Amino acid sequence: MDAIVGFFSVALLTATLRSAAPLVFAAMGGLLSERSGVTNIALEGLMLLGAFAAAAGAWFTGNALLGLLVGVLAGMLGAVVFGLWAIGLRADQIVAGTAINLLGLGLTAFLVQRIWNQAGGSPSVARLPSFEVGGSTLNVLVPLAFLAVPVVHWVLFKTTGGLRLMAAGESPRAAESVGIDVPRYRYAAVLASGLLAGLGGAYLSIGDLSQFTTNMTAGRGFIALAAVIFGNWTPLGTLGAALLFGFAQALRFQVQALNWPIPQDLLIALPYLVTLLAVTGLVRNSQPPAGLGKHATSD
Amino acid sequence: MSTSASPNGRVTGPAIPGPLDRLRGALPTALSSAGAVAIALLIGAVVILLSGQNPLVAYVALFEGALGGVEPITETLVAATPLILGGLAFAVAAQAGLFNIGIEGQLVLGGLAAGLVAALPLGLPAVVHLPLALLAAVVAGGIWGGIPGFLKARTGAHEVITTIMLNYLAFRVSTVVIDLEDRLPVNPNLQATNAAEAGARLPRFVEGTRMHAGFLLALLMAAVLWYLLYKTTLGYRLRTVGLSRGAAAYAGIAWGATITLAMAMSGVLAGLGGAADTLGLQGRYYNVAAGYGFTSIAVGLVGRNHPFGVVLAGLLFGALSAGATRMQNTAGTSRDLVSVLLGLVILSVSAFAVFDQFRRRRQLAAAAGPGGPGRDRTAATADEPELESRPPQPAV
Repeated sequence: MDAIVGFFSVALLTATLRSAAPLVFAAMGGLLSERSGVTNIALEGLMLLGAFAAAAGAWFTGNALLGLLVGVLAGMLGAVVFGLWAIGLRADQIVAGTAINLLGLGLTAFLVQRIWNQAGGSPSVARLPSFEVGGSTLNVLVPLAFLAVPVVHWVLFKTTGGLRLMAAGESPRAAESVGIDVPRYRYAAVLASGLLAGLGGAYLSIGDLSQFTTNMTAGRGFIALAAVIFGNWTPLGTLGAALLFGFAQALRFQVQALNWPIPQDLLIALPYLVTLLAVTGLVRNSQPPAGLGKHATSD
Repeated sequence: MSTSASPNGRVTGPAIPGPLDRLRGALPTALSSAGAVAIALLIGAVVILLSGQNPLVAYVALFEGALGGVEPITETLVAATPLILGGLAFAVAAQAGLFNIGIEGQLVLGGLAAGLVAALPLGLPAVVHLPLALLAAVVAGGIWGGIPGFLKARTGAHEVITTIMLNYLAFRVSTVVIDLEDRLPVNPNLQATNAAEAGARLPRFVEGTRMHAGFLLALLMAAVLWYLLYKTTLGYRLRTVGLSRGAAAYAGIAWGATITLAMAMSGVLAGLGGAADTLGLQGRYYNVAAGYGFTSIAVGLVGRNHPFGVVLAGLLFGALSAGATRMQNTAGTSRDLVSVLLGLVILSVSAFAVFDQFRRRRQLAAAAGPGGPGRDRTAATADEPELESRPPQPAV
């Protein structure tokens, strides 16, 4: 009994929040993009660009806040390229997203080599401030991540712009026939997803750590996208899914700390396994935006 | 089924294209692929320039490392081998309308399974042991590829998410298996399986190089896949499902079974890609992510998901990969640039594909002519991105 009480500690809670925060950022971005009708598999690459640029910015300026700004801008820049292809050129969105992911992986590794003349990552850089909760520290971006959820909810369901954005995602043709500029709303949504994925990436490199390492996102962008699907394309559902995945990640450190006899490999695999089960077993009745992946009609 | 008949009673339809027409039809596609690659290389040159190096020096080193002599050429072919098989894996799934990002994981498990069977000291002759090792890769890759197909068929789970998660799980499986030295022929210190028995290796056949029979296996599989896709009922079903799920259902084709099979076939090809590296190049399986998965996607896309296009694209990316080592060593340009080039190639190819589509639509509109059979252009094509490799549609 004591073991179970000790298990659900403040440490586990904060570890869950810490693991979930970058997922929440990226997932909110993915949600906006998907709701506007753009499948955003590029989240992974956008996060990685954000993580790298934030570390590079912090290294060059010596200021973590400036680093954060650079990281966000890099995420948005990547989103612009993605948008030009996925919306402007009307290329296949998944193909365009894959290209962004490859570019993110290659460009960041290439630049690490060029800037710091070493493989694998950056040296230690300035880090964003953090505060203490019940004995463990949380980064300032953590509350911001969870604040993004009600903001996205409000934007989507309570503003005219949000409703139009969702109309563009549900039925681009109907939206167009009532005069909604579908590409414009989609660009806005994709740009916002770049901003949020950039924040999620910056969180990893200069929030949770003080260093960029090659491919440090390790699939978090994809997991964030799975959270959107698992959360049935709603902000609150997505938050719940991100917390579940964060919990699966946090579990590993907690079990290690308590010395429970659970194989390490199983624990590392857990977030991926949970994601797999989540999208297969539990979302049979999910309803994606009807216009997802469809282009507007006007040539 | 009603077929439009002309006044003299003879059934009319579009002329069936002969081999020469088809070749002529493939030419613009090949040219636009080449153009797309050239543009990607040009932008890559700008990236090198901006990073403070001489792109000409880097590209010359890249070229010499890929094609400058017998040894570089064999290295290109060796590097192309898993990429061709991975590209074929991507292509067969894409023909069925599926996006297989799980090639990496299927390749890893195929390589692992082949490595384990090859390392068993069974004392078997090569005619038995080598096929057995390849069979292990086929089974492992096929199962790992078939799972996301089955899950999509049963629950609608999107294959992009499930295959990516299965990639991470495959790495985990590999890491766990490599540590089981009590039970399996593995070496945790090396992070590899034990060396393959001589009889289980893909033979090398060019003296003084690493050229191995895996390349021939890749070519053979390309031919087999071509036959399967374009000359059998199964291939017809697979492509119909890829073109339109609704049309396939109307024709009585079982969607779920077909996509499961397509994904399993994709996994089989990827598994063979892993086996080729294990049994031909390394002589054992190493527990390191080789990163072929994403390159395979680029190979499939550049090859327009046609088996022969994939072979050409695989050779191109094999050359880039083989040359990258020389580029890093002599010009000091990081081989990570190849990843950048891959991303640029995909962007460039997909942009060109869009232009091709416009061109073809214009041709269709011109062919229909004024007063011709009406075709609601937007309604018919707006929602379905046309894949380059799609065959001419039979008149119904």
